[in-house]
Amino acid sequence: MRELTIALRATLVTLVLTGILYPLAVTGLGQTVMPAAANGSLLRDDRGQVVGSSLIGQPFTQPGYFWGRPSASGYDPMSSGGSNWGPSSAKLRQRILVERDRLAAEHPGAGPVPDELVTASASGLDPHISPATARWQAARVARARGVDLARVDTVLSGTIEGRELGFLGEPRVNVLVLNLALDRAFGRPLPPPPPITPADTPPAR
Amino acid sequence: MTAIGWLQILVFFAIIVAITRPLGVYLHRVFEGDRQPLPRILGPVERGLLRLSGANPKEEQTWGAYARSMLLLSLLGVLVTYFIQRMQGGLPWNPGQMKAVIPASAFNTAASFTTNTNWQGYAGESTMSHFTQMAGLAWHNFTSAAVGIGIALALARGLTRKQPGKHTLGNFWVDLVRGLVYVLIPISFAVALIFISQGVIQNLSGPLTVTTLEGGKQILALGPVASQEAIKQLGTNGGGFFNANSSHPFENPTALMNLLQLCLVFAIPAALTYTYGRMAKDQKQGWALLAAMSILFFAGVGASYAAESHGNSAVARAGISQPLGNMEGKEVRFGVSASALFATVTTDASCGAVNSMHDSMTPLGGLVPLVNIQLGEVVFGGVGAGLYGMLVMVLLSVFIAGLMVGRTPEYLGKKVEPREMKLAMLYVLIFPVLILGFAGWSLVAKYGLATSNNGGPHGLTEVLYAYSSAAGNNGSAFAGLGANVPWYNWTLGLVMLAGRFFMIIPALAIGGAMAGKKTVAPGPGTFPTNGVLFTLLLVAIIIIVGALTFFPALSLGPIVDHLVGQTGQVF
Repeated sequence: MRELTIALRATLVTLVLTGILYPLAVTGLGQTVMPAAANGSLLRDDRGQVVGSSLIGQPFTQPGYFWGRPSASGYDPMSSGGSNWGPSSAKLRQRILVERDRLAAEHPGAGPVPDELVTASASGLDPHISPATARWQAARVARARGVDLARVDTVLSGTIEGRELGFLGEPRVNVLVLNLALDRAFGRPLPPPPPITPADTPPAR
Repeated sequence: MTAIGWLQILVFFAIIVAITRPLGVYLHRVFEGDRQPLPRILGPVERGLLRLSGANPKEEQTWGAYARSMLLLSLLGVLVTYFIQRMQGGLPWNPGQMKAVIPASAFNTAASFTTNTNWQGYAGESTMSHFTQMAGLAWHNFTSAAVGIGIALALARGLTRKQPGKHTLGNFWVDLVRGLVYVLIPISFAVALIFISQGVIQNLSGPLTVTTLEGGKQILALGPVASQEAIKQLGTNGGGFFNANSSHPFENPTALMNLLQLCLVFAIPAALTYTYGRMAKDQKQGWALLAAMSILFFAGVGASYAAESHGNSAVARAGISQPLGNMEGKEVRFGVSASALFATVTTDASCGAVNSMHDSMTPLGGLVPLVNIQLGEVVFGGVGAGLYGMLVMVLLSVFIAGLMVGRTPEYLGKKVEPREMKLAMLYVLIFPVLILGFAGWSLVAKYGLATSNNGGPHGLTEVLYAYSSAAGNNGSAFAGLGANVPWYNWTLGLVMLAGRFFMIIPALAIGGAMAGKKTVAPGPGTFPTNGVLFTLLLVAIIIIVGALTFFPALSLGPIVDHLVGQTGQVF
């Protein structure tokens, strides 16, 4: 009985200390010292409008923007996660083939489709693509925006992030940051995506 | 595989080796020293908490009393967390207006966090209120880790103390409070602030709706993440704030933070081997354990990294090149190397956090995490759990070595007798009974197969992985298996409880049985347990026990999956 009393009191004491006081102390300090990071590293456009978080990927479909990776959750932060399909999954095979053909059709002459654009990320919110995967899309973005490829390349090069400390992780480009930089340099792309005219249609594979 | 990929792995390992001694000395001072660190600041906190709990710090407990205190705290822990989840709708800090968690899921999660498993049948961002995350879940991250350290020290005291006739193993409440006050809370606090500085969020806000660049709507889930993330890694808990766990950019925003998270996972398990060497008054005893763990760690990470670098067969078959390797279920900022390393570390230690989706790994890449768990979570292992599991393996090795030379085995000068061996065998056998029993049952039952996300051998691996993860108190998943259904919620919950307590109790009983034994001076026939030969024998025993037990099941799962993958067949 005495042991049970001790256990009850210890339960209450540790819960208040580690479950309430500790997180509140971290919250208080974080909100005071680093409010921007503590609240989600939000990004704003030129008009001061919040357009998302620099850490969370967004879906991009317009040809004037660079595109991120497939997402099992459709970039919905309320249901993060991956596809959880193994290499022997028929559904995975299907998605890879469909995405490959779609992307190849929309990037005539760009060369083989990069693997990152047919594989879903772990979080479903991956904000990044590799520099090579971005470069692969640059011609399509330049064409849709009616600007020189070289100018798009310059903006792209300015947003490439290297490995941390020179050896950690992989080089990458934040898709949302890159697209915001494009808008800043060239203005917003025309909202309704220009329909592909028959002359632009790539030859069937 | 690339040189830079291996560099990341080697730098990580070098950091772990570098902190083993200083942190090990610190832990020894905290738990075994006469004067604890920072006596002016933390001393009053320790004494205050013990007084509030009503525990008598001077009182030494037998193994039975120690186990009883631990079980009572755990039982209350399950109940409190169950009811917090059930009543979260009426509790504070619920800006997302989460409703009560359904009973089966609430039981599963309460069992999961109490046992340091942190298996997540639920999706955090759409199920749990901020209060539940903090007081219901993060609280267990602290206490279950402190309990684990306590159990390891109790067993270590039983093995190393040289006080014939004295059968006590320390005081549970003192170990618990010291683990929190001197180790887990201060380190977590500092680490949480570092996490925030790098972008891990920490707030009490509800979901934030933003208009995306293309004009769509995106709802950002927010909350107190950094505080939970720090102890989740340090305490080898692994239960993420979000469904995507450490692959979520709000939990693990950069490769640098990824490295810090990994270091936190191995820090205490590695340091405890040094603490153990101090207690045994022979540092080589500790280094021998660390060496055995390190050999198994490198075997795992090498195999996993190689397999993942090889790429995903489904992508290769579409004629697409994979410059880094298999990127399905991985994040670009981590790449394949840091993902394979994370998968190995999180399953070596019974952490269970993930920064990539294990279900989407290649069959052989995914075999590594599964085998790591099935080796009994002794490769570094959970905080405390790794050391006590490893010490049981040590006794088994000493016993087998003794059989080979026909001599009564002894360890640290104490005879290892039938009672200890029976308890060690109980410890070793409970594990496969839970895993193979329930996985087998699920695989022949309609309700067991109903929620699998993958067909064929990969579907079998999902179920095998689920029960291995639960019994090993790991918590990672082949997450395609829909486990938030009554059958899996209840059985996995029970397996987690059994995998924790039916293994802790024999471990404590061994400590109790060894505690009061007479010490004899080593003779010419004594098998030294602090050298290379013993380390290799220990590694062999761990592999044989794990491999022989699970090899048939593994052949039906990942191994067939790999072979079938070569033919291009899909399911």
